[in-house]
Amino acid sequence: MSKSFLNPHEIETIPGTEGWERMYPYQYQFVTDDPERKKYEEETFWFYDGLHYPEPLYPFDTIWDEAWYLALSQYNTRIFSLPPVYGVDHRMINGYVYISPVPVTDPKVVEARVPDFMERAGYYYQNWDELEAKWEEKMKGTIAELEALEIAPLPELEEKVVVDDALGESKGYHLLKSYDDLIDLGIRCWQYHFEFLNLGYAAYVTFMGHCQKLFPDIPPQRVTQMISGIDVIMYQPDEELKNLARKAIELSVVEGVKFSKSFDEVKAGLEKTEPGKEWLAALEKARYPWFYVSTGTGWYHHDRSWNDDLDVPLGSIVIYIEKIMAGETIDRPMAQVQQERDRITAEYRALIENEEDLGAFDELLQTAKTVFPYVENHLFYVEHWFHSVFWNKVREIGEIMKAHGFIKDVEDIWYLKRGEIKDALWDLVTAWATNVKPRGPAVWPKEIEERKGIMEKFRQWSPPPSIGPAPEVIQEPFTVVLWGVTNESLDNWAEIDAAADMDSISEFKGFAGSPGTVEGKARVCRTVADIGMLEEGEILVAPTTSPSWAPAFTKIQACVTDVGGVMCHAAIVCREYGVPAVVGTGHATRIVKTGQTVRVNGSTGEISIV
Amino acid sequence: MGSTSPIVCWFEDCNKDSVELVGGKCSSLGELINAGIRVPPGFAVTTEGYLRFIAEDGITEQIFKILEGLDHEDLPALEAASAKIREAVENLPFSEDFEDDVAEFYRQLSTICCVPAVPVAVRSSATAEDLPDASFAGQQDTFLWVRGIDDVLLHVKKCFSSLFTARAIAYRIKMDFPHDQVAISVGIQKMANSHTAGVMFTINPANGDRASIVINSSFGFGETVVSGEVTPDEFLVNKISMELLNRVISKKELYYTVDFETQTPKLYDVPVERQSIQSIVDEEIIDLAEMGKRIEKHYGRPMDIEWAVDKDMPAEANIFILQARPETVWSSKKKEPVAATGSALDHILASVMEGKSLN
Repeated sequence: MSKSFLNPHEIETIPGTEGWERMYPYQYQFVTDDPERKKYEEETFWFYDGLHYPEPLYPFDTIWDEAWYLALSQYNTRIFSLPPVYGVDHRMINGYVYISPVPVTDPKVVEARVPDFMERAGYYYQNWDELEAKWEEKMKGTIAELEALEIAPLPELEEKVVVDDALGESKGYHLLKSYDDLIDLGIRCWQYHFEFLNLGYAAYVTFMGHCQKLFPDIPPQRVTQMISGIDVIMYQPDEELKNLARKAIELSVVEGVKFSKSFDEVKAGLEKTEPGKEWLAALEKARYPWFYVSTGTGWYHHDRSWNDDLDVPLGSIVIYIEKIMAGETIDRPMAQVQQERDRITAEYRALIENEEDLGAFDELLQTAKTVFPYVENHLFYVEHWFHSVFWNKVREIGEIMKAHGFIKDVEDIWYLKRGEIKDALWDLVTAWATNVKPRGPAVWPKEIEERKGIMEKFRQWSPPPSIGPAPEVIQEPFTVVLWGVTNESLDNWAEIDAAADMDSISEFKGFAGSPGTVEGKARVCRTVADIGMLEEGEILVAPTTSPSWAPAFTKIQACVTDVGGVMCHAAIVCREYGVPAVVGTGHATRIVKTGQTVRVNGSTGEISIV
Repeated sequence: MGSTSPIVCWFEDCNKDSVELVGGKCSSLGELINAGIRVPPGFAVTTEGYLRFIAEDGITEQIFKILEGLDHEDLPALEAASAKIREAVENLPFSEDFEDDVAEFYRQLSTICCVPAVPVAVRSSATAEDLPDASFAGQQDTFLWVRGIDDVLLHVKKCFSSLFTARAIAYRIKMDFPHDQVAISVGIQKMANSHTAGVMFTINPANGDRASIVINSSFGFGETVVSGEVTPDEFLVNKISMELLNRVISKKELYYTVDFETQTPKLYDVPVERQSIQSIVDEEIIDLAEMGKRIEKHYGRPMDIEWAVDKDMPAEANIFILQARPETVWSSKKKEPVAATGSALDHILASVMEGKSLN
């Protein structure tokens, strides 16, 4: 096949963003000053990681990209010795992240990596449950450390206790140390994030591949359905909301809960009665940790958690109350899901015609079921709980920097790289210690204003789905699963990119995420804040979804997302609720307008605007 | 369809235990109906009906006399005997009871089919199909597009007389099979007057996927699909979830339908504006696939099925199975394992090595 792919070095800088490269780590640049690196970059297939980064990265938020660049790659290359593939390389163009799995090209090296892989990965698969329990402890410990991390402002004069107890350390030093600890905890958390993930994906991909060999026509969602109906904590935040809805009815405080869209107003009212107080206490109990669920993917600092904005869960509780009052059930149809899962599994099983294949099917299904909870649950621990607490700790640093005039607004801190923040903190504490004027206030606010302008221009730019020549085969499990990178999807995206006018597109495709075909009115929700506008029976069109979007799924009759593969949140939840989903369309939120009638075929991945 | 008669019997009242009474063909139609598989409606004239018929006017004795001492290799003598017997049988009038019963069932059939004097296929249904050569029972005569009670009765009689073709007589003599122990039943079944028809495989013939059903369809009778005169529309249905996974709509330029002047199928051009329209609606595709799944279950193996959507019958009763035989191409292949034996880890290693092809 001949396709003309973009050359990464020929992508032009957007006028007015010159020098943007300084906002990100230098090794993320495509460069021409090193011939060897230039050649490698040109010959490599890079694709835009739209799943994690639907918008350009803020300099600070790049921390998670570097964290997974390190973590995923080290596990593949240095820890589990994945035979055919090393890590995943990263680059950045105009604030958007491009990634590329790095194959092991020498067959002898591949062969040599096999014994270590068998021993090491084998150990993890064999002891999965036990190691996963350990993981949970490590993760909870890390989060506890993060929550306990104190970020104290700098006093005019240190407390006397410093002298009395002969502490020998100042708050200035503590600020530097706290910041280092904060960053360290973040990186450590991501070390754990990938401890199991790629092995989990590899098991999942293997089961998928076995099913596809046995049944060449099998839709991927039929395979994932065989692993569905396993309880994972991803659903717990939503369960808590349902319980609070039930409790509100039980305590007869429905009117109080529905009194306002503002949680503060609702709280003030409920505090006046005993049942109201009881309900508030139940809510308070549910908040930790379950309300740390992010309203976005958790990858951006602006993905706030329910704990940051209690109006969001309140709105969802009200939706559930109304459903219960209308006599509808709000329970997740778990029993039905399991029944259908068992039927489908048994029917496919019965069609397998020889013992070897049947044996492999049973083993691989069991392995996939074993890894499934981790593959889901890590998201809550890392992207939701840890990240939500983390962002707020960084804001505490921001408060101090603002107090010392280094930034105008706390939210400006995200425009600085984490190394720049460290530099600024040194400037800040030494000036504080010395009682002189720091240089930072004259440097950073000006720089931040410029960066804001650059990022605005980045947002208006459409990152091409891929750059460089596509390889024949991709072996990196993470890449295979999450992006489902296939030429087909790239073709689909390229076709839409080629159409200059988004309004002219009436048919497009994505991945078949959850089966079934429906027609209905579309509702484009760009963030979770928009789901309050959803009306019963509408079709949700979103960039991507996360657990905090859960209440939306009881209202909609189909879901369409820009990014995601068959294992993404929207696909999983839609299968659980039995509504059709098409995911990874690339551009649905830009093509579809609220109010349009769309036909969604979750079995073929086709969407048409009627 | 209450009325009971020893002479006629609705297909749905037949089953695998009725072979003696209605022959193999009619009893297997009954089996299919009772397994939830729709076939064109119809009824059987029973072997009891046949036996009562030839018992009239002492014709049985007359037949045996003609057959006495015949040599199975003496072709001219066999031909002469056959002609004599068949003439006698075909000239023998039916009893009033016989005519009334067949006429009443035919009238009811026409009502069911929503067609006055419904065109039917009249075909013999032998009772001794377990014998190695089915031709022994006669020519297995089939008469298509028979219309009106007089014609129906005439062709029933022709089926009866087909027991006495020269070949059938010779075969029975050779096999030492007593002539008085053969009997024949006749099936009378609505002609499928299809506005769309085709074939269905309960396995994907392209890749052997046993969880797939592939349906080909085109306008009119299924002959265009079977003979390859048109490129049919093709649909891929998942047998387990019953979801329509893929559709390819082709340009269908020709179709067969019945010419009522001659009561034979005739080839017509599909109007240009209809050629590229899907020839079967989605609901019918799923309906058909569900029937395919039941047929496969009934026979316990992948099947190759001919079907039709009838334009006379009401919507919920208009999809018919015309023919079902075992699929042979994939079924006769030895199934090699897709994965080498090994632990889950071996499979995972193999899968990581193989990777995901982008082409």
